[in-house]
Amino acid sequence: MHAMDADRERKLAALAAQRWRVALALTGVMLFTYFGFILLVAWNKEGLGALVTPGLSWGILLGALVIVVAWAVTGIYVRWANRVYDPALAELKKED
Amino acid sequence: METSLGKPNATAIFFFFVFIVMTLGITGWAARKTKTTSEFFAAGSKVTGLQNGLALAGDFMSAASFLGIAGLVASSGFDGLIYSVGWLVGWPVVTFLVAEPLRNLGKYTFADVVAYRLRQTPVRIASAIGGLTVVAFYLIAQMVGAGSLVNLLFGLPYEGAVVAVGVVMLAYVLFGGMIATTWVQIVKAVLLLGGATVLAIMVLAKFSMSPLRLFDAAAAKYTVSVLAPGKLVSSPVEAISLGLALMFGTAGLPHILMRFYTVPDARTARTSVLYATGFIGLFYLITFVLGFGAAVLVGRDTIKAVDKGGNMAAPLLAEVVGGTGFLGFISAVAFATILAVVAGLTLSGAAALSHDLWVNVVRKGKTDEREQMLVARVATVVLAVVAIVLGIAFKGQNVAFMVGLAFAIAASANFPALLLSITWKRFTTNGAVASMVTGTVTAILLIALSPTVQVDLLKHQEALIPLKNPGIVTIALSFIVGIVVSLAKPEPEAQSKFAEVARRMHLGPTH
Repeated sequence: MHAMDADRERKLAALAAQRWRVALALTGVMLFTYFGFILLVAWNKEGLGALVTPGLSWGILLGALVIVVAWAVTGIYVRWANRVYDPALAELKKED
Repeated sequence: METSLGKPNATAIFFFFVFIVMTLGITGWAARKTKTTSEFFAAGSKVTGLQNGLALAGDFMSAASFLGIAGLVASSGFDGLIYSVGWLVGWPVVTFLVAEPLRNLGKYTFADVVAYRLRQTPVRIASAIGGLTVVAFYLIAQMVGAGSLVNLLFGLPYEGAVVAVGVVMLAYVLFGGMIATTWVQIVKAVLLLGGATVLAIMVLAKFSMSPLRLFDAAAAKYTVSVLAPGKLVSSPVEAISLGLALMFGTAGLPHILMRFYTVPDARTARTSVLYATGFIGLFYLITFVLGFGAAVLVGRDTIKAVDKGGNMAAPLLAEVVGGTGFLGFISAVAFATILAVVAGLTLSGAAALSHDLWVNVVRKGKTDEREQMLVARVATVVLAVVAIVLGIAFKGQNVAFMVGLAFAIAASANFPALLLSITWKRFTTNGAVASMVTGTVTAILLIALSPTVQVDLLKHQEALIPLKNPGIVTIALSFIVGIVVSLAKPEPEAQSKFAEVARRMHLGPTH
């Protein structure tokens, strides 16, 4: 392992903390969306059975939207990590 | 409706043999590249993001989810979507919390990460117990599914089918290791996604390419209640509990976690989960369409007449819209799916036995490559034999609950210890062992006492524990026990090595 000076150790710790913040925030969004959907299913069966247009109930629409949210949060994270986190990390590695 | 399902189907047998010849060819090619344990367990870490994404999706798109969810949607409409959604939302969590730390900290198993700064022997033993229990229940469900499926699809005897699956899978893993297992999984994922997409398009073609017209036709045939929540989610506690197990179970499945070691770096690891999430979500949306298609075009009564569980909805639909030839193709793909999933499970079990238990516990890390490879291969043969024996022993049993059990154990035994080991400085050896043992034991115990086993399986009047899904209790217990035991007796060495874990988790092994 290379010795790192205190300044870079601090920068790395800050970057790591930032990654955890982003990861936890997006995990929160996913949990909130999914459990929101599940609780609606448990508590408001009638509301979810109501039709938006013929053939499409609110339940199906929201269920499909949860899948879209799962795609979106994963996409946002990967984009952030590739564009912000990775270059910052590479910068820290280069100073080694 | 007259179906040729269950009679020997020339197209099915043809496609099936094409798949076997092709995958054994891949295995032969992979065998020449599999000389070290790194190649055997991690494909030399040379798999690309797209390839690993397909392989991850392949591990997850089991025959149970393809046939089971299509069947569930066909018989109860909207409720099938609840499972699909639950199974998908675990993937973003895997991306955010465990994919990159795993890649940067470990070598072959998730125990590498948990044991990184803790005492090797106790942690490796406890994680091998958790990991192998998950693999065992998952394997039983797949092997029993394989036997019944082949019996239904081709009319072959159950035992013959179980032995055939065991032997072919053994050939993949024993000779081709992770390289062959990954490629078999990729081929199968492409076939399954492609086959399901073509089937969905053929169904939608009958409804002017509009899913809404299809759903509307289902509502007209079976009343509009098919589009509304039904009986699956009875209480909020039950719903949250199922959701927790599905969500965190994915982040604790050994054969999924192992795939992050097959890619070269953290960036590829995260990209591969993005692909996997895309493919799996798409697959579930397609399966939802197929379920409704089967309800309208095949009819619930016909589906139930062929198989009470409704598992033949998708193959029957293929026959209605594409004839016997297409039925044969879809049947062969469903069988290929089981083979590939069983291979992945066996390989992760072999890694726990040889890398965790033999190399790190028995030999304390002092072994040469030759011995490691030998032990890995012996472990593979042992597991294949165990899988065949269990598959035959559980013939005729209702094992559908075992996949749920595997997820509950994975979420309660493996996930909490994994997460605490990378995020919490004061986590100790005793805490990790206590957490993993608590998770495994309580998950098995609560399911054994739940209505699923007591009422549905053993036909008792009532169950001691009213909860069908134990996740909400067992995941919480596992975290609490892990934290309390760690706080009770600090482990200074583990604390002092946390800085190294925190660095390496982000920088990777070379820095």
